[in-house]
Parts: sequence; structure tokens; C-alpha cells
Amino acid sequence: MSVQTDKGRQETAAPTASAPAIELRGISKAFGPVQANKDISIRVEKGTIHGIIGENGAGKSTLMSILYGFYKADAGEIFIDGQKVDITDSQAAISAGIGMVFQHFKLVENFTVLENVILGAEDGGLLKPSIAKARKLLKQLSDEYELSVDPDALIEDLSVGHQQRVEILKALYRQADILILDEPTGVLTPAEADHLFRILDGLRAEGKTIILITHKLREIMESTDTVSVMRRGEMTATVKTAETSPEQLAELMVGRKVLLRVDKAAATPGAPILEVENLRVKDDQGVERVKGISFEVRAGEILGIAGVSGNGQTELLEVLGGMMDGTGTIRMNGEEIDLTGKYSDGKSRRARGIAHVPEDRHDEGLILEFQAWENMVFGYHNAPEYQKNALLMDNAGIKAMTQKSMDKFDVRPPNPLLEAKSFSGGNQQKIVLAREIERNPDLLLIGQPTRGVDIGAIEFIHQQIVALRDEGKAILLVSVELDEIMSLSDRIAVMFDGKIMGERLPSETNEGELGLLMAGMTGEDA
Amino acid sequence: MDYLTVIQILDSALRLATPLLLTCLAGLFSERAGVVDIGLEAKLLAAAFLSGAVAHTTGSIWIGLGAGVAGSLAFSMLHGLASITFKGDQLISGVALNFLAAGLTVVIGQAWFKLGGRTPSLTPDERFSSWEPSFTEAMSHIPVIGPAADELIAGHTVLTYIALAAVPLSWWVLFRTRFGLRLRAVGENPSAVDTAGVSVVALRYAALVIAGVLCGLAGTYLASLAAGFVKDMSAGRGYIALAALIFAKWRPWYALYATLLFGLLEAIGNRYQSISVGDFVIPVQFMQALPYILTVIILAGFVGKAIPPRAGGQPYVKER
Repeated sequence: MSVQTDKGRQETAAPTASAPAIELRGISKAFGPVQANKDISIRVEKGTIHGIIGENGAGKSTLMSILYGFYKADAGEIFIDGQKVDITDSQAAISAGIGMVFQHFKLVENFTVLENVILGAEDGGLLKPSIAKARKLLKQLSDEYELSVDPDALIEDLSVGHQQRVEILKALYRQADILILDEPTGVLTPAEADHLFRILDGLRAEGKTIILITHKLREIMESTDTVSVMRRGEMTATVKTAETSPEQLAELMVGRKVLLRVDKAAATPGAPILEVENLRVKDDQGVERVKGISFEVRAGEILGIAGVSGNGQTELLEVLGGMMDGTGTIRMNGEEIDLTGKYSDGKSRRARGIAHVPEDRHDEGLILEFQAWENMVFGYHNAPEYQKNALLMDNAGIKAMTQKSMDKFDVRPPNPLLEAKSFSGGNQQKIVLAREIERNPDLLLIGQPTRGVDIGAIEFIHQQIVALRDEGKAILLVSVELDEIMSLSDRIAVMFDGKIMGERLPSETNEGELGLLMAGMTGEDA
Repeated sequence: MDYLTVIQILDSALRLATPLLLTCLAGLFSERAGVVDIGLEAKLLAAAFLSGAVAHTTGSIWIGLGAGVAGSLAFSMLHGLASITFKGDQLISGVALNFLAAGLTVVIGQAWFKLGGRTPSLTPDERFSSWEPSFTEAMSHIPVIGPAADELIAGHTVLTYIALAAVPLSWWVLFRTRFGLRLRAVGENPSAVDTAGVSVVALRYAALVIAGVLCGLAGTYLASLAAGFVKDMSAGRGYIALAALIFAKWRPWYALYATLLFGLLEAIGNRYQSISVGDFVIPVQFMQALPYILTVIILAGFVGKAIPPRAGGQPYVKER
């Protein structure tokens, strides 16, 4: 190993050659009545990439939190290099050589890269020597593992991909031999993700052990040596990646056969429902985010908008949904709709038959502190059928309606009185989807429909979207998941820097071509 | 306005800015660590009362200073207990402490000295004496520099010099030491500190200890300057210091400038009790209200965007 720092490490006796990098024996952890981890045993061999896959709430995060000293396990033992260790806090985990890259980065935004790297691992009371040492080491690491990042840049000025490299550098600076990554690609572009996996390959080649937690089957298949599947707090299987298939893993995760490909007939597009001409949108700072785009969505088709997040898709959805102002012309069923002023709000949009499942369901789709039945009528709460009389709402009726919708959309648990925040991501999304679809809109705007949603729920949500299309509705789908765009859309438009770079038919394109368009290269370059 | 008047106003400004500066730096440490400290006022009062009472009882301002710092620290730790250990609302805790200090000082003062809540007047021996070095006296006959040296450099008590020295020291601690890096980090993103294996709780308590000591100095200064404690003698300085802290964008050097500005306004208000503009006489109340008016203007956000530490006001709860 070429990375050397003089930071102390708990000396362990010489490990036997065959000792796994990490071994867990019988780890259990309960939160009240919920058994988050049940008797989990796993061996992770040195110098391998070991995937852990499972749905949301399967207990992956709890297990990793135990490994990183956030929680104390109720029972069980942890062995590192064959030595039993007691991980009581994060400091103990770091001393044991474990580094963690969290899904939500633990970086101080207005500190420089160097300051973040040394934070908590400084070499003395004064910063100067630590900074100098870290600068040298960072240079060395970035040459070695394609981990280049400007050491003096502020975190807030870095792209997400670079911020993640800082997290990896932080772990390496602390001499981690075991690197745990929690859903590392959720925020990355395809190119950034590829780069990340190249980095991980490099680290593995240096003898580091990597644990990759993800719900993306493709990543598991492409990058891991071994994969463990978790379901409902239990480790259901550990298999060699080469000896398994995505279908088998999905079945192990969900506990039943899952359709990974969306099953849909060819579209039969009808009349144009939504026509957008030369739409321009400026954000609060006056920066133009959508730069004159035109497209149409027809009845009975799904138009997918692909692109790396932050290229104007969010603003596009918000203008169409009535949450932002814009300029240009938008026609809905042939009639022009207002883009500014009193009649450009969400209420007016709904009156025109536009339903909106926003990208961020926590901030915009739901009020997390409110109960499911209340969330089920937001935006439609003035509808006559929800009123008891001139003053009061028909709460009993709304609850009964919610119950019906929950059953139909398979929301679990089907309890209208539960607060929105106590549902899992997938079930929250089903609540939003039920609310919007059940009003029978002509056009459904849907952003990131399956972000943070587990695989079983993804299948269901995709089926609902296709079913709505088959009823002859128009659907505008915005997603950063290329897989999702490819499998759901009837037509694909790629956005880059506020413009549409091109339109493709899913049958006539591939991820490579779309990826180039997403990076701003035109069709000719591609 | 002649030269000597200007010098005298500046001297007065420095005198009045001293407790503000100490309090502002106290708030700076606390808020940089992510603990909003609206209870600065409480600490000032507690320190002023205890230092006044103990200085009178023992006859030593130094023992009084110790007692003042101890009283301020006690309130700081109470704030820590409520808002760090028990993860309560920092604003509510601070406001409660302000009420507690306002009432408690008077009640205990009455029970102790039977003077209606005030402490007996401190004799010159029981107060800080001002520093009168021989070189400024020797310089005093030199025109221009002489009076300036005599008024501005000399003639202050030890706490003013400590306050001034605390500015570069605070800057150095915050931006050049490991402790400062961690302290700032915990005010921006405590989970980053926690996952780096450093205790968020210990850092925040450390910040509150520093804040307590600085407020203790400030409160003792007030009692020494006024030769005793009177009810509500801090007169909102804790809040003014908070306004100055926002004005200073949570930076030590700016804190010096901001508090000097407040001190200057107060000095002008004290000196010019009535100014005539044509036939109209500006009322004395207006002049005395100047620092408070500036406070309102600052708090209303008229002086540009000040970005507070991002984790300010939020108790740290570990997330999964």
C-alpha cells in the first residue's frame, strides 16, 4: 500500500491469511417493536467489492450504522481481519479502518476540500502543518486513483461527483482499509458513476475492501464480486455475482417474481394535448434555466425528458405545474394557458386537467406532518364532493375515499390516519400518485417518479403510469434515471443547459447516445 | 466641535464598546458552534450582580470578577443543558434565562442587601482602576498626539485591554487552530463532525464555556464602571451585541468595528443631549435611542445579507 500517514492505528495481531476483512456474526437490532436487523451474519473477503442490496427499509442502513458506530447492536459480534472489535462510536470505527461515504455527504459546505479532509483527523493543535500534510497526500492519492479535486476549492462550488470524491479522500486520509458506500450513484450522472466505479476498481486493486450498498441491480451486476441480499431485516442470501442474475436478485429482494422490464404495448398517440412553443423560464436570481424549448405531448403517449439533474427539467415541470412563471406559448387541449399572473397557479392548472406529481415529494408533494387522508386531497380540497356544507369539509367522506385509493394503489399500511412521514418512500409516492391520477387528468406531469422508491413499488408505479397512458392520457415524464426513461417513454427528449438537444425513439437509440446528448453533445458529435 | 471633544467622544465610545465587544465575542463563539445565544443578556446581568455583590462583600474586585464569571458560566451551562443535552429550543431556553436573570438578581439582591435589589456602591478599591502609564502622561503636552494618547491609549481598565486583545486572539483560535476548525464545522454541519469521530456535544459545551467567561468579564465591567449593580443594568446590551454580531457577519474583526460603532452612537447620544436643527430641537430621548434604532435597522436586514452559521439554532440529533 502506498498511502502512508503517521496517524496511529490500533495495532492488531498479525491476521491469518484467510481472515475476512469484515465478519459479522448474529447481528440483531430492534427499534421498539421493529426488528431492523435479525441475526445477520456475513463475511466480506479482503480486496473485493461486496454489494449489499435490498429494498428501502430492508435494514441495510441500520446494519451500516452499526458498523460505523452510530448504533449499538442488541446482539452479535463484529470481526475485522479476524480480530473481534467493539465499535462503540464513529471514532472506534475509524480506528478499526472503516471509512464511510454516506448517501448525504457529511461535508462542511463553506470549508475547503483540505479543511474537510483533515477535520477530526488533524495532527496537532495548529492547522498549518495538517493542511500542508494533507495537501501532499491528496496529490498522491489523486494521481493514484483518478481522485483529482482542487484542494483549495470550497465544497459548495464543487459538483456532486467531486464532493463524493472528497468523501472518499476523507476515508483514505484516515487510512481506511474498508470503504462503505451507501447508495453512491443516486446523485451522479452516468459518466460520474462510471468514473466512481473506476476509482473503486483501483482501490480494490490496492487491496482495499469495498462494501457497496445500493438498490440498483445493474450496479451490483457490473461492479461487485459478491452480493448479499437483505429483506425485512434479514440477510436472505449471499451469492457470487457471476453466478446470479438480476431477475434472481430482484426475486430475493422482494420475495416474489418481479417484472424488471416494463410490459407495455406500442403507443397509439392521438391529438396533441400539450403544446409548448419557445418556453423560457428565469429563476429567482434572474438566470435563464429554460432557454426557448418547444415540444408536444399527445394523448396516449409518454414523453420522457432525460437529462442530468439541474439542466432545466425541474423548472420546466414547475412552470407547467403552475409553480413558476415563464414566457412563451403553452396550449392545453388547443387553448392557450397563462404563464404569468393570477391564472397561472397550480389551481388554474388543475382546472385545465393538468395533474402534477412533483419531483420532490417531501417538500412539494406532501406535507409530511399531516395524515394521509389530508394529503390525499391537497390541491383538490375545494372540490364540491369533499364539502359537507358551506362551512365544513366532509372529513368522513375524504377518509373513506382515501381508504379506497389506498387499497387500489396498494399503499402499505393502508391507514388513512397515519402521518405521511411514517410511510416508506414508495408508499408516499403512491399516495401522491393516487391523489393525482384519481382526479382523471388529461395530462400527468411526473418528476422522478421512483426516486427513493423500492423495487417492488417501482414496478407498481410504472404499471400505473402505463395504464394511464393506455386510457388515452398524455404523460410528461421527467427522470434522471436513464433506465426508467428508456423503458417507459414512447418518445425521449434530452435536455441540456435549458435546451432540448434532440428527440429520439427508444427503439432507435441507446444509453450511449443519450448519455452524449445529456452531456451537451449534439447528434452530429454523437 | 473641537479636537479635544472628538477625542473625548472616541474615548467614551471605547469605554462603552468594551462590554459590547466582550459580549459580542461571546455570542460569536456560541453561534459559530451552532448554539443561538439570545441569553447573553442573562449572563451579563448575572455577572454584573454577582461581581458587584461579591466585590462589596470581600472588598476585592478580583474576587468579584471570579464570582461574576462563575455566575455567567452557570447560566451558560444551564443553556447548554437545555439546548444541547436535552435538545430543547435554543431561543426559548435563552429567553427563559433572560427572565430568570432579570428576576433572580433583584430578588437575591433585596434579600442580601435590603437596598431594593441593588448592591451597595463599590468604593474605588472595590473597582478596577484605570491604567495610567507614565509615558502617556509624559506625552500629554505634545500637541495632537498627546491628548489622544492620554485619552485613548491610557485611562482604561484592564478589561478594555483584554477585550481588545480578545479580538485577534479569537480570530486566531477560530481560523488557525484545530479547535477553531472543529468549532466552526459544528456550527455549519454537526453531522460532518460527528462522523469524523469528534463529539458535537463537547464542542458546543466548550463554546458555551468561552461565551460564559467572556460575558462574565463584560458583566463585571458594567458593575465596576457603575460602581455597583442596579436592576436591569445591562439595558439590552445582550441584544445589541447580538445585532452587532449579525452586522459583523460572525467575524471577530468585524465584531470590533460593529461594537465600536454602537459605542460611538451611545457616546454621541450621551454627549449631545439636545441638538438643534434650525428651530427644531432633537429630543434627548432620540439621541439616547440611537444604538437601539441601529439595532432594529440591522435586525431588519437593511445592512446587506448576513449568512449565519448553517446549523445555528438546531439541536443536533443523530440521523440514521
